[in-house]
Amino acid sequence: MPVNPDLQGRIFPPTDPYLVGREKIREFARAVYATSAINYDPGAARAAGYPDVVAPPTFPVVVQELTLAQLLAEPDAGIDFTRVVHGDQKFSYTRPVVAGDELTATLTVSSIKTLGGNSMITAESTMVDADGQHVVTAISTLVVRGEG
Amino acid sequence: MNTTHAIDEGNSTNTGTPGGPSIADLNVGEVVAEQVYALSRDSLVRYAGASGDFNPIHYREDIALAAGLPGVLAHGMLTMGTAIQPVVDWIGDPGKVLDYQVRFTRPVPVDAGYGAIVTVVAKVGAVEGSSARIDLTVTYNEQTVLGKAQVRVTL
Repeated sequence: MPVNPDLQGRIFPPTDPYLVGREKIREFARAVYATSAINYDPGAARAAGYPDVVAPPTFPVVVQELTLAQLLAEPDAGIDFTRVVHGDQKFSYTRPVVAGDELTATLTVSSIKTLGGNSMITAESTMVDADGQHVVTAISTLVVRGEG
Repeated sequence: MNTTHAIDEGNSTNTGTPGGPSIADLNVGEVVAEQVYALSRDSLVRYAGASGDFNPIHYREDIALAAGLPGVLAHGMLTMGTAIQPVVDWIGDPGKVLDYQVRFTRPVPVDAGYGAIVTVVAKVGAVEGSSARIDLTVTYNEQTVLGKAQVRVTL
Protein backbone atom coordinates (compact mmCIF):
# COMPACT_ATOMS: atom_id res chain seq x y z
CA MET A 1 0.00 0.00 0.00
CA PRO A 2 1.51 3.38 -0.96
CA VAL A 3 1.69 6.28 1.49
CA ASN A 4 -1.63 8.13 1.53
CA PRO A 5 -1.13 11.54 -0.19
CA ASP A 6 -4.08 12.93 1.81
CA LEU A 7 -1.77 12.97 4.85
CA GLN A 8 -0.21 16.18 3.54
CA GLY A 9 -1.29 19.06 5.75
CA ARG A 10 -2.71 16.81 8.46
CA ILE A 11 -2.24 18.10 12.01
CA PHE A 12 -2.28 15.55 14.82
CA PRO A 13 -3.61 16.08 18.37
CA PRO A 14 -0.97 17.46 20.81
CA THR A 15 0.88 14.82 22.83
CA ASP A 16 0.55 14.60 26.60
CA PRO A 17 3.05 16.95 28.27
CA TYR A 18 6.56 15.48 28.58
CA LEU A 19 8.33 16.53 31.78
CA VAL A 20 12.04 16.95 31.05
CA GLY A 21 13.96 15.46 33.99
CA ARG A 22 17.46 16.46 35.09
CA GLU A 23 18.64 12.85 35.24
CA LYS A 24 17.17 12.15 31.79
CA ILE A 25 19.18 15.06 30.39
CA ARG A 26 22.33 13.72 32.06
CA GLU A 27 21.65 10.21 30.74
CA PHE A 28 21.08 11.51 27.20
CA ALA A 29 24.14 13.79 27.44
CA ARG A 30 26.37 10.84 28.40
CA ALA A 31 24.96 8.81 25.50
CA VAL A 32 25.97 11.48 22.93
CA TYR A 33 29.44 12.08 24.43
CA ALA A 34 28.53 15.55 25.71
CA THR A 35 31.16 17.04 27.99
CA SER A 36 29.79 20.54 28.70
CA ALA A 37 29.23 21.09 32.43
CA ILE A 38 26.02 22.97 31.49
CA ASN A 39 24.51 19.59 30.51
CA TYR A 40 25.28 18.01 33.89
CA ASP A 41 25.76 20.55 36.66
CA PRO A 42 22.86 22.80 37.75
CA GLY A 43 25.39 25.24 39.27
CA ALA A 44 27.25 25.60 35.97
CA ALA A 45 23.92 25.96 34.14
CA ARG A 46 22.73 28.69 36.53
CA ALA A 47 26.08 30.48 36.21
CA ALA A 48 25.47 30.53 32.44
CA GLY A 49 21.99 32.03 32.97
CA TYR A 50 19.77 28.92 32.76
CA PRO A 51 17.31 27.77 35.43
CA ASP A 52 18.64 24.17 35.36
CA VAL A 53 20.76 21.83 33.26
CA VAL A 54 20.43 22.32 29.48
CA ALA A 55 19.60 19.39 27.20
CA PRO A 56 21.94 18.49 24.31
CA PRO A 57 20.76 19.92 20.97
CA THR A 58 19.33 16.62 19.70
CA PHE A 59 17.47 15.74 22.93
CA PRO A 60 14.04 16.79 21.55
CA VAL A 61 14.12 13.63 19.43
CA VAL A 62 12.87 11.86 22.58
CA VAL A 63 9.68 13.93 22.48
CA GLN A 64 9.49 13.93 18.69
CA GLU A 65 9.42 10.14 18.82
CA LEU A 66 6.01 10.32 20.53
CA THR A 67 4.63 12.25 17.56
CA LEU A 68 6.18 9.96 14.95
CA ALA A 69 4.52 7.04 16.75
CA GLN A 70 1.19 8.83 16.17
CA LEU A 71 1.97 9.11 12.47
CA LEU A 72 2.96 5.46 12.05
CA ALA A 73 -0.15 4.35 13.96
CA GLU A 74 -2.53 6.45 11.82
CA PRO A 75 -4.90 3.87 10.30
CA ASP A 76 -5.11 5.42 6.82
CA ALA A 77 -1.42 6.47 6.56
CA GLY A 78 -0.24 3.39 4.68
CA ILE A 79 3.25 3.62 6.19
CA ASP A 80 5.05 0.28 6.50
CA PHE A 81 7.36 0.86 9.46
CA THR A 82 9.85 -1.78 8.27
CA ARG A 83 10.44 0.24 5.06
CA VAL A 84 11.05 3.59 6.73
CA VAL A 85 14.53 5.13 6.51
CA HIS A 86 15.47 8.38 8.25
CA GLY A 87 16.47 10.83 5.51
CA ASP A 88 17.02 14.25 7.11
CA GLN A 89 16.71 15.71 10.55
CA LYS A 90 16.60 19.29 11.77
CA PHE A 91 16.05 21.08 15.08
CA SER A 92 15.16 24.78 15.13
CA TYR A 93 15.28 26.45 18.52
CA THR A 94 13.59 29.48 20.00
CA ARG A 95 15.25 28.69 23.32
CA PRO A 96 17.15 25.69 24.75
CA VAL A 97 15.36 22.83 26.53
CA VAL A 98 16.11 22.83 30.27
CA ALA A 99 15.28 20.41 33.08
CA GLY A 100 11.81 21.14 34.43
CA ASP A 101 10.32 22.01 31.04
CA GLU A 102 6.97 20.48 30.23
CA LEU A 103 6.94 20.03 26.48
CA THR A 104 3.85 19.40 24.39
CA ALA A 105 4.43 18.40 20.78
CA THR A 106 2.11 18.82 17.82
CA LEU A 107 2.85 16.98 14.59
CA THR A 108 2.11 18.42 11.18
CA VAL A 109 2.72 16.45 8.01
CA SER A 110 4.10 19.30 5.93
CA SER A 111 4.72 17.40 2.72
CA ILE A 112 4.40 14.06 0.97
CA LYS A 113 6.37 13.52 -2.21
CA THR A 114 6.75 10.48 -4.39
CA LEU A 115 10.09 9.98 -6.09
CA GLY A 116 10.55 6.84 -8.14
CA GLY A 117 8.85 4.16 -6.08
CA ASN A 118 9.71 5.89 -2.81
CA SER A 119 7.67 8.29 -0.71
CA MET A 120 9.23 11.15 1.22
CA ILE A 121 7.30 12.37 4.23
CA THR A 122 8.27 15.61 5.95
CA ALA A 123 7.00 15.63 9.52
CA GLU A 124 7.27 18.74 11.71
CA SER A 125 6.88 18.38 15.46
CA THR A 126 6.39 21.76 17.12
CA MET A 127 7.14 21.80 20.85
CA VAL A 128 5.82 24.38 23.25
CA ASP A 129 6.34 24.80 27.00
CA ALA A 130 3.74 24.84 29.79
CA ASP A 131 2.96 28.49 28.93
CA GLY A 132 2.35 27.59 25.29
CA GLN A 133 5.53 29.37 24.18
CA HIS A 134 7.54 27.85 21.35
CA VAL A 135 10.75 26.05 22.38
CA VAL A 136 11.89 23.94 19.44
CA THR A 137 10.63 22.40 16.22
CA ALA A 138 11.97 19.01 15.15
CA ILE A 139 11.66 18.24 11.45
CA SER A 140 12.23 14.78 10.01
CA THR A 141 12.16 13.58 6.45
CA LEU A 142 11.25 9.92 6.36
CA VAL A 143 11.81 7.90 3.23
CA VAL A 144 9.42 5.01 2.76
CA ARG A 145 11.01 2.60 0.30
CA GLY A 146 8.70 1.27 -2.38
CA GLU A 147 8.04 -2.43 -2.64
CA GLY A 148 10.12 -4.56 -4.99
CA MET B 1 42.49 18.89 20.07
CA ASN B 2 42.48 15.57 18.23
CA THR B 3 41.63 13.23 21.08
CA THR B 4 39.70 10.01 21.27
CA HIS B 5 36.89 9.65 23.75
CA ALA B 6 36.80 6.42 25.69
CA ILE B 7 33.35 4.86 25.86
CA ASP B 8 32.83 5.69 29.52
CA GLU B 9 34.20 9.19 29.51
CA GLY B 10 30.78 10.84 29.71
CA ASN B 11 31.20 11.74 33.36
CA SER B 12 34.00 14.20 32.87
CA THR B 13 32.76 17.68 32.15
CA ASN B 14 34.11 20.62 30.29
CA THR B 15 33.44 24.09 31.54
CA GLY B 16 34.44 25.64 28.20
CA THR B 17 36.37 28.81 27.58
CA PRO B 18 35.10 31.68 29.72
CA GLY B 19 33.14 33.97 27.43
CA GLY B 20 33.63 31.59 24.50
CA PRO B 21 34.80 32.52 21.00
CA SER B 22 33.85 35.89 19.55
CA ILE B 23 32.09 36.39 16.22
CA ALA B 24 34.61 39.03 15.12
CA ASP B 25 37.43 36.50 15.31
CA LEU B 26 35.88 33.97 12.92
CA ASN B 27 37.16 33.36 9.42
CA VAL B 28 35.13 31.44 6.87
CA GLY B 29 36.79 28.09 6.16
CA GLU B 30 38.67 28.02 9.46
CA VAL B 31 38.59 24.73 11.43
CA VAL B 32 37.23 25.54 14.89
CA ALA B 33 36.90 22.06 16.36
CA GLU B 34 37.95 18.51 15.60
CA GLN B 35 37.29 15.28 17.48
CA VAL B 36 37.53 11.53 17.05
CA TYR B 37 34.93 9.25 18.66
CA ALA B 38 35.37 5.52 19.20
CA LEU B 39 31.84 4.12 19.05
CA SER B 40 31.29 0.62 20.38
CA ARG B 41 28.31 -1.67 20.82
CA ASP B 42 28.17 -0.30 24.38
CA SER B 43 27.65 3.18 22.91
CA LEU B 44 24.70 1.88 20.88
CA VAL B 45 23.04 0.15 23.82
CA ARG B 46 23.52 3.25 25.96
CA TYR B 47 22.02 5.48 23.26
CA ALA B 48 19.10 3.08 22.79
CA GLY B 49 18.29 3.34 26.50
CA ALA B 50 18.74 7.11 26.69
CA SER B 51 16.72 7.87 23.56
CA GLY B 52 14.11 5.11 23.69
CA ASP B 53 15.01 3.93 20.17
CA PHE B 54 15.10 0.15 20.57
CA ASN B 55 15.15 -0.79 16.89
CA PRO B 56 17.02 -4.14 17.05
CA ILE B 57 19.18 -3.35 13.97
CA HIS B 58 21.20 -1.28 16.45
CA TYR B 59 22.10 -4.21 18.69
CA ARG B 60 21.28 -7.53 16.97
CA GLU B 61 23.56 -8.72 14.20
CA ASP B 62 21.13 -11.44 13.02
CA ILE B 63 18.26 -8.99 12.56
CA ALA B 64 20.51 -6.40 10.89
CA LEU B 65 21.83 -8.98 8.40
CA ALA B 66 18.33 -10.32 7.72
CA ALA B 67 17.28 -6.75 6.87
CA GLY B 68 20.01 -6.64 4.23
CA LEU B 69 22.32 -4.36 6.24
CA PRO B 70 26.10 -4.84 6.48
CA GLY B 71 25.78 -5.45 10.23
CA VAL B 72 24.72 -3.66 13.41
CA LEU B 73 24.49 0.07 12.66
CA ALA B 74 24.88 3.12 14.87
CA HIS B 75 21.62 5.04 15.30
CA GLY B 76 21.71 7.96 12.85
CA MET B 77 20.60 10.13 15.75
CA LEU B 78 23.58 8.94 17.83
CA THR B 79 25.92 10.07 15.06
CA MET B 80 24.02 13.36 14.76
CA GLY B 81 23.96 13.92 18.53
CA THR B 82 27.66 13.17 18.91
CA ALA B 83 28.82 15.13 15.84
CA ILE B 84 27.68 18.45 17.32
CA GLN B 85 29.55 18.01 20.60
CA PRO B 86 32.89 19.42 19.38
CA VAL B 87 30.97 22.58 18.40
CA VAL B 88 29.26 22.73 21.80
CA ASP B 89 32.67 22.42 23.49
CA TRP B 90 34.10 25.14 21.28
CA ILE B 91 31.29 27.63 22.02
CA GLY B 92 31.22 26.45 25.65
CA ASP B 93 27.41 26.41 25.93
CA PRO B 94 24.87 23.89 24.52
CA GLY B 95 22.19 26.59 24.81
CA LYS B 96 23.79 28.72 22.07
CA VAL B 97 22.73 26.35 19.28
CA LEU B 98 19.98 27.99 17.19
CA ASP B 99 19.47 25.17 14.74
CA TYR B 100 21.11 21.98 13.64
CA GLN B 101 20.43 19.86 10.57
CA VAL B 102 21.90 16.81 8.87
CA ARG B 103 21.17 14.43 6.03
CA PHE B 104 21.85 10.76 6.70
CA THR B 105 23.85 9.66 3.67
CA ARG B 106 25.72 6.49 4.74
CA PRO B 107 25.30 4.05 7.61
CA VAL B 108 27.95 3.55 10.30
CA PRO B 109 28.42 -0.20 10.93
CA VAL B 110 29.73 -0.86 14.43
CA ASP B 111 31.84 -4.01 14.69
CA ALA B 112 31.31 -6.11 17.83
CA GLY B 113 35.04 -6.15 18.51
CA TYR B 114 36.55 -3.05 16.96
CA GLY B 115 33.60 -0.69 17.08
CA ALA B 116 33.71 2.25 14.67
CA ILE B 117 35.88 5.35 14.57
CA VAL B 118 33.93 8.48 13.63
CA THR B 119 35.78 11.72 12.93
CA VAL B 120 34.23 15.18 13.15
CA VAL B 121 35.75 18.34 11.68
CA ALA B 122 33.89 21.63 12.23
CA LYS B 123 34.59 24.65 10.02
CA VAL B 124 33.14 28.12 9.83
CA GLY B 125 30.71 28.07 6.87
CA ALA B 126 29.32 31.59 7.11
CA VAL B 127 29.02 34.52 9.49
CA GLU B 128 25.62 36.25 9.58
CA GLY B 129 25.28 39.12 12.06
CA SER B 130 25.66 37.70 15.57
CA SER B 131 25.34 34.11 14.41
CA ALA B 132 27.65 31.75 12.58
CA ARG B 133 26.99 28.69 10.48
CA ILE B 134 29.37 25.87 11.30
CA ASP B 135 29.69 23.09 8.73
CA LEU B 136 30.52 19.60 9.94
CA THR B 137 32.39 16.94 8.02
CA VAL B 138 31.64 13.61 9.66
CA THR B 139 33.49 10.59 8.37
CA TYR B 140 33.67 6.87 9.01
CA ASN B 141 36.14 4.71 7.09
CA GLU B 142 37.22 7.80 5.09
CA GLN B 143 33.70 8.38 3.74
CA THR B 144 31.31 11.09 4.86
CA VAL B 145 28.25 9.71 6.67
CA LEU B 146 26.31 12.95 7.12
CA GLY B 147 25.49 15.39 4.34
CA LYS B 148 24.69 19.09 4.68
CA ALA B 149 25.52 18.89 8.39
CA GLN B 150 25.14 22.47 9.57
CA VAL B 151 24.91 24.07 12.99
CA ARG B 152 23.85 27.67 13.46
CA VAL B 153 25.14 29.16 16.70
CA THR B 154 24.85 32.52 18.39
CA LEU B 155 28.04 33.93 19.87
